[in-house]
Amino acid sequence: MAVAAKRAGGNHLMDWQQNQRVQSAIGRTLAFLLICALAILFVVPLVWMFVTSIKTQAQVFDPNWIPHPAQWRNYPDALSSAPFLLYFRNTVIITGISMFGTVLSSSLVAYSFARLRFPGREALFMLVLATMMLPGIVTLIPVYIIFSKMHWVNTFLPLTVPAFFGGGAFNIFLLRQFFRNIPMELSESARIDGASELRIWWQIILPLSGPILTAITIFSFQGAWEDYLGPLIYLDNQALWTLQLGLTVFEASGGGIPMWHWMMAASLVIMSPVLIVFFLAQRYFIESIAISGIKG
Amino acid sequence: MQQRPWLTPRRREATLGYLFLLPWVIGFLGLTLGPMIFSLYTSFTKYNIVNAPQWLGFGNYQDIFEYNEDFRASLYNTVWYVVVNTPISIAFALVLALLLNMKLRGTNLFRTIFYSPTVLGGVSMVFLWVWILNPQGLVDRGLALIHVPGPNWFYDPAWTKPGLVVMNLWRVGTGMIILLAGLNAIPRTLYEAANIDGARLWTRFWRITMPLLSPSLFFMVVTGIIGAFQVFTSAYVISQTVANSPGAPAKSLLFYELLIYLNAWQDLKMGYAAALSWILFIIIMIVTGVQLWLSSRWVYYEG
Repeated sequence: MAVAAKRAGGNHLMDWQQNQRVQSAIGRTLAFLLICALAILFVVPLVWMFVTSIKTQAQVFDPNWIPHPAQWRNYPDALSSAPFLLYFRNTVIITGISMFGTVLSSSLVAYSFARLRFPGREALFMLVLATMMLPGIVTLIPVYIIFSKMHWVNTFLPLTVPAFFGGGAFNIFLLRQFFRNIPMELSESARIDGASELRIWWQIILPLSGPILTAITIFSFQGAWEDYLGPLIYLDNQALWTLQLGLTVFEASGGGIPMWHWMMAASLVIMSPVLIVFFLAQRYFIESIAISGIKG
Repeated sequence: MQQRPWLTPRRREATLGYLFLLPWVIGFLGLTLGPMIFSLYTSFTKYNIVNAPQWLGFGNYQDIFEYNEDFRASLYNTVWYVVVNTPISIAFALVLALLLNMKLRGTNLFRTIFYSPTVLGGVSMVFLWVWILNPQGLVDRGLALIHVPGPNWFYDPAWTKPGLVVMNLWRVGTGMIILLAGLNAIPRTLYEAANIDGARLWTRFWRITMPLLSPSLFFMVVTGIIGAFQVFTSAYVISQTVANSPGAPAKSLLFYELLIYLNAWQDLKMGYAAALSWILFIIIMIVTGVQLWLSSRWVYYEG
């Protein structure tokens, strides 16, 4: 209707439309330049980090982008300034177990919320969502006290066992959204064939949920790999330290002036697994975040 | 198959439903609800884990409100951070999302570039920014090129918190993706109709984009504020790196969660720290409650 009314306006509208097209071409060019500039700003920190990591200590504050000579020795040097191989092993153990626990328990719980009917289901699910809003700080101290009474301090247990009990409200939420969209007929025909719910979960639902399981695996990998507060409060014993705690040898508290070239070399090595995993699986990552925003 | 009379298929399904929920229920009772109640009790006691807790009544709370200067400093820092960081981060995420939504050439590549720093966290990411923002660092050199004197960032108490805000601009990817998904969900026909009616860009943005994006924005404001109240790792690592003293320089990075950490794990004042955490918890709940209440005025839900 609006179209017809405006058409009657005649030439004036055509001028306006042409004007509009020119304006939008200019706008798009400007936007493209802006987006390119921003992209450069986003990449530069990582490039600078790499450049710093191959400089000599004397060169560190020089503004040159191509260090001459490039000192690759910084990498082995930085990584031998603390027992990083041991920290790597510890981090892999903690990360691996908590990833496994998260995926296992959140998918079981989400299966129940998405595909089984029972009284109180919606109310309980609202409670799960409510815990997402709960600031973690309020349970940090009491949970620490409980674990210390159980003699779990200076073990990996406080950093791994909780993952098996629910796997996080956010993950339950994402999986439930996904599971709900798998046709119910699949479950029903399996039930007629005598399959148990556990078997339906394991042999039908999980194999169909590859993308979302990948996303959750990566989220929990990233979370455990980069966790700092957890290891900081639970692991005093240096033999149990993770990579993030190990990096603190480069802080001022380590004594002397910061060895920036070593800090950057070690940091780059430690963040690279997360970056690599992200580039390999970014599609799943980004899609699952998009879901959370629309439904949230 | 012979079934016992009370185990109808419906009851069987319900029983299994509860069984599958068991991991979460145990986690909720044992790691959330139980500890919260325990923490509330602890907050009324003097407790160092080794000795039995000693009942103090409201002693800890009174101490915090009447004598603790660090409490006031940390509350100021934290509120400053919440108030400044949240809107700036969300606005920047929105700018990136709007640019990506223009479907310019290479959008997928740009999306990856803008998102990828978000996956970086922990100590290594903080080190990178302490380096970039040091007085002879990349940012200040860049500012020098356009003859702007760069601040001393993490070495100057007045600039530590702005430094954190700048650092966070690099990691707005999650919000950007959420807003991009929100933008994608807006029907094109609305813009076409507005175009034909001659609505300007600005009008289209405020009358179509913002209302339809408001649920996503609301989600980001609520979760962003809850997160900002609990900032810890970056503040702790920065102050340890530049000044070898948690919260330094001049307590400008003494955030609330850092204060709790220091009381609980450096001084072993568990009861006192529990009282601090309950105060923060109540503040966050009030802020979240007010937002839920205000949301009906600005958040637009279809249908």
